[in-house]
Amino acid sequence: MHKRPLSATIAIYAVLVVGAIIMTVPFLWMLSTSLKVPGEIFTFPPKWVPDPIVFENFPRAWNALPFDLAYINSLKIAVFVTVGTLLTCSMAGYAFAKISFTGSRIIFILILATMMIPNQVTLVPVYMIFSELNWIDTHWPLMIPPVLGNAFGVFLLRQFIAGIPNELEDAAEIDGCNRLQVYFKIILPNAKPALAALAIFTFMGTWNNFLGPLIYLHSEHLFTIPLLISSFQGLYTTDWTLLMAASTISLIPVIGVYLMAQKYFVEGITLSGLKG
Amino acid sequence: MMLKTRKARDNLWAGFFLAPQLIGLLLFTIGPVVFAFVISFMEWNIGSKAEWIGTENYQEQWSDPLFWKVLGNTVQFAIMYIPLTLIGALIVALLLNLKVKGRTVFRTMFFMPVVTSTVAVALVWSWMYNPDYGLINAALSVIGVEGPGWLTSTTWALPSVVILAVWQGIGYNMILFLAGLQSVSPQLYEAARIDGANTWQRFRSITLPMISPTTFFILIMLLINAFQVFNEPYMMTKGGPANETNVIVLHIYQTAFQFFQMGAASSLAFTLFFIILIFTLIQFKFSKWVNYDA
Repeated sequence: MHKRPLSATIAIYAVLVVGAIIMTVPFLWMLSTSLKVPGEIFTFPPKWVPDPIVFENFPRAWNALPFDLAYINSLKIAVFVTVGTLLTCSMAGYAFAKISFTGSRIIFILILATMMIPNQVTLVPVYMIFSELNWIDTHWPLMIPPVLGNAFGVFLLRQFIAGIPNELEDAAEIDGCNRLQVYFKIILPNAKPALAALAIFTFMGTWNNFLGPLIYLHSEHLFTIPLLISSFQGLYTTDWTLLMAASTISLIPVIGVYLMAQKYFVEGITLSGLKG
Repeated sequence: MMLKTRKARDNLWAGFFLAPQLIGLLLFTIGPVVFAFVISFMEWNIGSKAEWIGTENYQEQWSDPLFWKVLGNTVQFAIMYIPLTLIGALIVALLLNLKVKGRTVFRTMFFMPVVTSTVAVALVWSWMYNPDYGLINAALSVIGVEGPGWLTSTTWALPSVVILAVWQGIGYNMILFLAGLQSVSPQLYEAARIDGANTWQRFRSITLPMISPTTFFILIMLLINAFQVFNEPYMMTKGGPANETNVIVLHIYQTAFQFFQMGAASSLAFTLFFIILIFTLIQFKFSKWVNYDA
């Protein structure tokens, strides 16, 4: 091993520590503000440790808006989209990776090409389709299109499933399994790492989605967490302790899930980002 | 004969497994793209009858000073956001790729902003940017600098939005860079060391070329992200002050869902599509520096 000079070591840690502080300070500041009495945020210089520490902002924020409903809405949409996406993407991935069929290459390229099209192009027509279906102000526009169209997911799973040895399938086929049984018994269990990666991405992406709910949802009882937070901002622009308590409430589940699943999260990105 | 039936069976199975994605592709992408292209040549305001007006929407939008303003803002956003995120992520990845203590903790801290919703963290940043009681100006006053009214200043509003986007974007791209760095063979560095190459030379002639496919991928994704930025300016400034942070997607959103001019919004969306397409093609054209032999 080559010994690193002390000055280099100090510089490395200095950059990392300063960077890490910049990344975490906003969260600490949010938490600190959410525990203050409203008057205390106007002291200068600002205090990090609130005195007194109050927890009232949390029940106040919770009761000011239907947070519980928003959690249920967000959870329902994210779970539906995640499960659905895993199913449809793994089905398509299996077809592209293991079945030789007419037009396979062209259809695959076509699906990949759609990744180039910005969402904004299809926003207006898709809105009009849902408007015709009377699906505006329901959760369907947020649940159906993502499940039925995820080129990235198809690509990721095709790449992964292609790496599953053909011998496994052949053995199953000799045992009399048809394609559907092969898909459930061989492909799905062996594609778990890629499915986990796609699940994490899809769940987080759906949970944090903002533009979709902003366009489609009007009734407060249907709001998702980001939309609720956004409407909260309009109502309470001056009460920062309340706004920060609301932000904290909305971020706790994502940060919690991340801290628990971070190993898979990072693997998921590595897996899906580059092993193309 | 046997072969033929096998092929036919395979086609049927493929059709079955592909059906959900293909139906979605037709209903929610290909169909709507064609539909949007047609609408972009129509005067179609919700509630009124659609009317064919040729290229009038495009002419009207392109001669609107606001369009050039939002396009200019978007380009300015990209010019600040792309290099800052790219270089920031690369530096952190290079450092975390070294043998340092607490790598996992650092990685967690840098990644935390990535998983959080932009809507919530934009709220937090708005409070930090508060000119009178916010954290940033308080920190600046310690070193004797009087900070501006970040989000209300025509000079600082756009950079303020960029800072939030960079803060949130570094972690994700850092992981991509880390993955790229870990695939570089240690033998290459060893050989270069024996040849007497110093740290900078090793970085310049081994690391940079070996991670160039990663860099290229990140560059293209950042470009697409930059042109599609919406949540940050919507939450922090609603496009203000004086349209200084109004960007293309915000403009499309307002045209379509606040003024209900669906035809005009579609022409804007297609303009955005072509801009992204042209920039992406230019990047591919000048991608000789990307080395795929790794």
